[in-house]
Amino acid sequence: MDAAFFRAWLAEAGTVIESQRDHLTQLDAAIGDADHGINLARGFSAIAAALDQAATPTPGSVLILAGSTLISKVGGASGPLYGMALRQAGKTLGDTADAGLPELGACLEAALAGVQKLGAAREGEKTMVDALAPAVAALQKAISEGAGTVDALAAAAAAAAAGAQATISMQALKGRASYLGPRSVGHEDPGAASTAIIMGALSEVAQQQVT
Amino acid sequence: MKKLINSPDSVVTDALAGIAAAHPGLAVDIENKVITRTGGPTPGKVGLVSGGGSGHEPLHGGFVGYGMLDAACPGEVFTSPVPDQMLVATRAVNAGAGVLHVVKNYTGDVLNFQMAAELADDDGIEVASVVVNDDVAVQDSLYTAGRRGVGATVFVEKIAGALAERGAALADVAAVAAEVNERTRSFGVALTSCTVPAAGKPTFDLGETEIELGIGIHGEPGRLRAPLAPASEIAAVALDAIHADVPLSGDVLVMVNGMGGTPLIELYVVYNEMHKYITAKGARITRNLVGNYITSLEMQGFSVTVCQLTESLADLWDAAVDTPALRWGR
Repeated sequence: MDAAFFRAWLAEAGTVIESQRDHLTQLDAAIGDADHGINLARGFSAIAAALDQAATPTPGSVLILAGSTLISKVGGASGPLYGMALRQAGKTLGDTADAGLPELGACLEAALAGVQKLGAAREGEKTMVDALAPAVAALQKAISEGAGTVDALAAAAAAAAAGAQATISMQALKGRASYLGPRSVGHEDPGAASTAIIMGALSEVAQQQVT
Repeated sequence: MKKLINSPDSVVTDALAGIAAAHPGLAVDIENKVITRTGGPTPGKVGLVSGGGSGHEPLHGGFVGYGMLDAACPGEVFTSPVPDQMLVATRAVNAGAGVLHVVKNYTGDVLNFQMAAELADDDGIEVASVVVNDDVAVQDSLYTAGRRGVGATVFVEKIAGALAERGAALADVAAVAAEVNERTRSFGVALTSCTVPAAGKPTFDLGETEIELGIGIHGEPGRLRAPLAPASEIAAVALDAIHADVPLSGDVLVMVNGMGGTPLIELYVVYNEMHKYITAKGARITRNLVGNYITSLEMQGFSVTVCQLTESLADLWDAAVDTPALRWGR
């Protein structure tokens, strides 16, 4: 998976986020402040613009530029959290021109660690971690069982989607939804939902491009 | 959605251009979204920077000026600003005595200001931060994001700003900011929701006869929903919550704040109820503000903020201030 693959991933994620913009914002309106879809759509369109303008020859440089762009352009909690995730992921890849599945697994693990360090969130607290952590675990499991890239990323995407669904029954303990206490139960966490979209985009692009 | 805007995407920058045109005492960097005092940093003075999502006007830009903030960074509507903006503001107001960041306790604001402080530190600028968290509607615990920062922000910016203007050191300015936050509690009530311009519809629905108790300043739902009641009863719910947290006593500074869509006549009705309640508890309101100071777009409702004053805090509150939204003594 080369730099073009990672650019395609971010472009696909941006397309889906744009189409789900109002849905994500509505999820946020229920338990937060009604800006998640708006902000992520703004952020991913800024990523597209940044990637158009700067040379990013390696997968790592693509992810680091994308992460820095989110930190600089988005604000809120999602900007720094997704920005940190992408930057940590990119740093793990170093100068590699072509990342294999194990490198991708390590890079998503670093993304999760970055989010958890910055946001101090653990699994079960109704945050993006509830989608990202199961995705990373599913990916590692698939890798250890010898799965190919397409199948492993499909498993990761499915785990992220299931993780996002599982946030519906959780009470929020972190982020703005935590102010609602028990009233946060019954709503899908918008950050987990957007993480599932981004992991879904990764799987989608792998199906299109990895042979 | 009916709003006086040109387009949802340009609300923040169009408003900044308006602020620049209306207030010659402010310098507005529209590209970086930073509002500073004209004339640059005051030599030897600690700089005060605050910021947060837009939609809470006059907070924060309306409090930039003599005796209060040196700079404000407005984010998108209800979205915290980014570290780059905060760094531009911090550099602009640094006169060598260090810079205090006044941060409202929301996950995004805290994360972005944390990153900005690290970047400023790389520049060799000494930064201290105070995180404002005065909202008693939120149950504070180790396992949540903690209390929200609301009305106390206005008091922190005014009082810390006054001390900075007197030439105090960064540690002292930070300490008084923390002291004001410690001594201040707030509670908010909504009669209607608000509409984020880019979202286009109200954040939540409230029935004709329902109110939301314990709201924050972003149209986020509150502690519970209740039937509409007379102002005296609603005022009592708000002050009961504050009194249960910190018993009302001594001299207090009280702000009855409109959420953006509340007629002033109703705020005075509420203030009257607050005055009766607080007096009955044996405390004395020696300073007050009634009006729109930290709003939530066009939301109808109010918040009440009570600060237990000391002599020195009252003195700093009385010190001259000259900003678009707060002005006296000068």
